[in-house]
Amino acid sequence: MPGSTPVSAPGEELAAQAALPVPAARRRRPRWQRNLGLISSALVLAAIVIAALAAPWLAPHDPYVQSLNDRLLPPFFVDAERAVPSHPLGTDNLGRDYLSRLLYGARISLLIGFFAMVVSGLIGTVMGVLAGYFGGRTDTVVSFLVTTRLSLPIIMVALAVVSVFGGSLEVVVLVLGFLLWDRFAVVMRSATHQVRGREYILAAQAIGCSVPRILWQEVLPNVLSSLVVIASYEMAQAILLEAALSFLGLGVQPPLPSWGLMVSEAKEVMLFEPWMIMLPGAAICVLVLAINLLGDGIRDLTVPEGRA
Amino acid sequence: MLRFAARRLLLALAVAFTVSAIAFMLLRLSGDLATTLAGQEARAEDVERIRQQFGLDQPLILQYGDWLWRALRGDFGRSLFYPESVGALIRDRLPNTALLASLGLLIALAFSIPLGMAAAFWRNSWIDRMALMLAVLGQAMPNFWFALLLVFFFGMTLGWLPISGTDGFANFIMPAMALGWYATPVLMRLTRAGMVDVLAADYVRTAHAKGLPLRVVLIKHALRNAVVPVVALAAVQFGNMLSGSVVIETVFALQGIGYLAWESISRRDFPVVQGILLVVALFYVVLTLLTDLLNAWLDPRIRSR
Repeated sequence: MPGSTPVSAPGEELAAQAALPVPAARRRRPRWQRNLGLISSALVLAAIVIAALAAPWLAPHDPYVQSLNDRLLPPFFVDAERAVPSHPLGTDNLGRDYLSRLLYGARISLLIGFFAMVVSGLIGTVMGVLAGYFGGRTDTVVSFLVTTRLSLPIIMVALAVVSVFGGSLEVVVLVLGFLLWDRFAVVMRSATHQVRGREYILAAQAIGCSVPRILWQEVLPNVLSSLVVIASYEMAQAILLEAALSFLGLGVQPPLPSWGLMVSEAKEVMLFEPWMIMLPGAAICVLVLAINLLGDGIRDLTVPEGRA
Repeated sequence: MLRFAARRLLLALAVAFTVSAIAFMLLRLSGDLATTLAGQEARAEDVERIRQQFGLDQPLILQYGDWLWRALRGDFGRSLFYPESVGALIRDRLPNTALLASLGLLIALAFSIPLGMAAAFWRNSWIDRMALMLAVLGQAMPNFWFALLLVFFFGMTLGWLPISGTDGFANFIMPAMALGWYATPVLMRLTRAGMVDVLAADYVRTAHAKGLPLRVVLIKHALRNAVVPVVALAAVQFGNMLSGSVVIETVFALQGIGYLAWESISRRDFPVVQGILLVVALFYVVLTLLTDLLNAWLDPRIRSR
C-alpha cells in the first residue's frame, strides 16, 4: 500500500506540497484593496452616467447632422495628420461626429438597460417572493413559468416581436423586460425561502400581520441585497441584448445612435476603418464591465466568502 | 426515482405544449395570414378563398389543434419565400447549426475545464486572478463584436480563415470560437467552484495521503466529482448556443437555422420563424429533461427537492 509510510503532519505537508486549500490559511487583503473593484467600477459607471446626462453640453456636434464633405475622418489617435480638432474621434460614413454619437449612444444603452431591468425585476421579484413564501402550488406554477421562459430562445423571440411591433425604445424595453425576469424569480425564490422560517417572520405571523405587510416589511428588506446583485447583472444583460438586436437591425432604429447599430453601420468599412467598430464595441464592453464589477463588489460586501 | 422522473416528464410536456402555443400565437400576431398568402395583387374574393382553403376562418383553438397535429408529424407548413416546406428547410440547415454548436461547446470545455482546475488548484495566485479577469471580460464583450474582432484579425488582417459562407470546415472555426468564447466564463467559474469544494474534501486528502500521484488524485478523484454539474450546465449551454447562433451565424453568413431565422424574421416569413422557434425550444426542453434525470440519477439528494 503506498500510504503505509507514516506522514508526520499530513495537513501541513499537503498544503505545502500541493497547495491544497486550507480555509484558515487564506490570505486577507486589506479592506481598501478588496473594495478596489467596487470603487473603480462605481467611478467608471458614474462617469458614463454623467456623460450620458450631460451629452447635449459635452457633445461638440449634433449627433444627427450629416456633413458629406467630412465623411470618414479618422480619430486623432489613428491618423494625427488627417484628424480634425473639431471631430476628435472622427466621423462616420455620413459625416456625423463620432464622439457626439457615442455620447448620445450611452443614453440609449443606459435607458434601455435600466428600464428593462426595472420591468423584469418587478415581474421576477413578485413571482419569486410569492413562490418562496407560499411554496406548494404557487411554487409549482412559478417554476413552470420559469422553465417555459428558459426554453424560449431569447434573441429569436425578441427579434420576432420587434419585427411585428416595430423597433421603438418602448418596444425594446418591454420585450427585454418580459424576457429577462427568470433569474430574478429563481434567486428571489430561494432567498425568500431561506428567510421565511426565521423568528421575525414567525413573530410577525403570530401577532397577526397581513400577508402583504409581512412580504413588504419583513421579507423584502431581508432579500434586498441579493436583489441588487441580480439587478446589476440583468441590467448588463439587457444592454448586451439591446446592442445585439440593434446590430441585427431589429432593435433601436436608425438614425438613433445605439452602440450596437453603430457597430453594424461600421461593419461595411471595417477593413479600412477598423477603429469604427472598435470604439462603440469597446464602449459597450466598458459599460457592461463596470456594471458587472459593481454587482460583484456589492455581492462581496454582503457575502464575504461569496466569490466563486 | 420513478416518481421524480414522472413529475419531471410531466413538466417538460407542459412546457413543450405552452411553447407550441406561444409559437402559434406569434404567427397570428404577425398580421392577417390570408392577405399575406394571397399577395398584393389579390382581390377580396381571392383572399376569402384562401382564407377558407387554409382553414383560417375556423375558430383559433381548432386552427391551433390542426397546426399542432401537423407539427407533431413534422409538417410545419410552407415558407412564404422559399419553394421548400418549412420542415425541409429546417432539416437542411439544422446539421450546420448542430456542428457549429458542438464545436463551440468543445472549444468552451477545452478552455474552461483546465483553466477552472488550475484556478482552483492555485487559488488566489496570478493564474486564478487571470482566469477570473478573463471570465469577467468574456461576459462583458458583446458576442457580435467579438465575432467581428475575430473576422478582422484572423480573416482580414492575417487572411487565415474565410470570413463568410458555408463551404467547408474552415468556415466553422471562427463562428465556433465566437460561440465557445461566450460559454467559457460560466463553465470555468463552475469548474473552479466545484474543484475548490472537492479539493477540500476528506477523500481527496486521503487519496493524497495514500501517496497516489497528484495526476491521479486530481483527475480520478477530484475532477470526476467536480465535473458533474459542469456537464449538466454544458447541456444547457448547448441549448443556449442554438439560440445564440442567430447572432453568430448572421455575422458569418453561415447557413444554419440561426441565419435562416434572422433572414425569415427580416422578410416576415413567419411560418419558418415559427418552425425554428418550436424546434429550438423543444431541443432545449429535451436537453434539460435529460440532464435533470441524469443529475437525479447521479445525486439522490436532488430527487427529494
